[in-house]
Amino acid sequence: MAIERLFIANRGEIAVRVIRAAKELGIHTIQAHSEADADMLAVKLADEAVCIGPAASKDSYLDVDRVVAAAKEAGADAVHPGYGFLSESPRFARALEAAGITYVGPSADTIERMGDKVAARQAAEAAGTPVVPGSKGRIENVDEAAQVAAEVGYPVMIKAAAGGGGRGIRIADTEDDLRKLAPQAQAEAQAAFGDGGLYLERAVRDPRHIEVQILGDGTRAVHCFERECSLQRRRQKVWEEAGAVCLDDGTRAALCASAVALAEAVNYKGAGTLEFLYDEASNEFFFIEMNTRIQVEHPVSEMITGIDLVQEMIRIAGGEPLRLTQDQIAPQGHAIEVRINAENPHMQFMPFPGQVGALTLPEGDGIRVDHFLYEGYRIPPFYDSLIGKVIAHAPTRPEAIDRLRGALQALKIEGLKTTIPLHLALADDPHVQAGAFHTQWLEPWLDAGNLTPEATGGAS
Amino acid sequence: MADIQSPLPGTFYHRPSPEDAPYKSKGDAVAVGDVIGLVEVMKTFIEVKSEIAGTFGDYAAGNEAAVTAGQVLATLDD
Repeated sequence: MAIERLFIANRGEIAVRVIRAAKELGIHTIQAHSEADADMLAVKLADEAVCIGPAASKDSYLDVDRVVAAAKEAGADAVHPGYGFLSESPRFARALEAAGITYVGPSADTIERMGDKVAARQAAEAAGTPVVPGSKGRIENVDEAAQVAAEVGYPVMIKAAAGGGGRGIRIADTEDDLRKLAPQAQAEAQAAFGDGGLYLERAVRDPRHIEVQILGDGTRAVHCFERECSLQRRRQKVWEEAGAVCLDDGTRAALCASAVALAEAVNYKGAGTLEFLYDEASNEFFFIEMNTRIQVEHPVSEMITGIDLVQEMIRIAGGEPLRLTQDQIAPQGHAIEVRINAENPHMQFMPFPGQVGALTLPEGDGIRVDHFLYEGYRIPPFYDSLIGKVIAHAPTRPEAIDRLRGALQALKIEGLKTTIPLHLALADDPHVQAGAFHTQWLEPWLDAGNLTPEATGGAS
Repeated sequence: MADIQSPLPGTFYHRPSPEDAPYKSKGDAVAVGDVIGLVEVMKTFIEVKSEIAGTFGDYAAGNEAAVTAGQVLATLDD
């Protein structure tokens, strides 16, 4: 049944994004908000707004019972969870189902299955999607370790089968290394955990993070190509691209096909992302996890494919079959998104909530800004520091970087410290321009002092 | 009497984690640099340290209370 009244159980820029998509589909929007968010942009844009509790997320956006009760009371026939908060909660999806309200996303069972690392890995193996090769069970002696390592492929990571926390982890590049290191690991595991059992896994050094956007209707799935999200700080993505220029066409096709195979194998419904580690040296990719929701960086995929992913997920939730076949999805050009956070990049990225002064947004061909700002808006300190995203799309990657730089120079947000100087410095960095980076690249680059007020011309 | 103020807006915590005891109780000695609480701002926890020495009086803001920058969090008796 087509959705008529959509309840948005989220805040910030993604709430604004969902409202825009729903309005274009002619759907009535009901925005949930905490007491601290009564004046946020999504509340102003929605047809209706409902307060769901105090500022603290646990008493509002994360409170399943309150959110479900508010959606019910507002007469919503569907709920969009956005990202974060309750967007990957099987309990939330089940509670909505029990209340007779449609969840914009996959089934609770799929959320639960793909949210469990072991179950997700098993689903991937069953679908033929590559995972990081490892030993099937515990390894008791060095000869057995050498035999397994030969199958898994070097370099291998040797871990204690018991325990965790990084104790006993060693990396062996060759069999000689392994024969030297495995007994040490075993002795350490025995001492630390009283159990000398080992586990072996291929070590993927300096991997890239590449992910595939998919859309499924429960029967059929399509991919909207890949994103390269290797520029990360403290495991948070900072800069994201579509596509991944490090991949050759054959690898890209295999990667995207394996993502579709897994999505179809779990009867995936809605928009989802399969995350992979990519080892450039061996040209191999390994599935690590699936995000069963829309992601922050979805706009880069929208820019290169022309597909409105949020509209599509709402249509699918409303019961429509996928409107696209794979041959109708062709990537055009290159897109880059950077995350604008209210943080001071010159002071260890200390959060900087404050009041938005004069606001100038960039405009022009291939420029998109997803945000929730307006002049005079006071950003609450209770939530995430993401205040917006600048997305640049152009025929080629170098042109996209130039367009991004121009947009960042034109973007002025008075009254706050933001991560704009970081992105300007990255846009000017020769490694970034060459696309030569991986997930372990950005933090050493920052530690080496590449981002100083001097290096960015004192821009703030 | 001296005040310890919040360096940032956010949520104030008296304890390092819900299971732990408060950082300070009435009558505790406070040295320069002692942590008296945490302010959570945009999912980041910042330690609030005393810039003066004294004897802990009391918390002036509740545990898990929303606080503004400059708000008095605790008082010290000399």
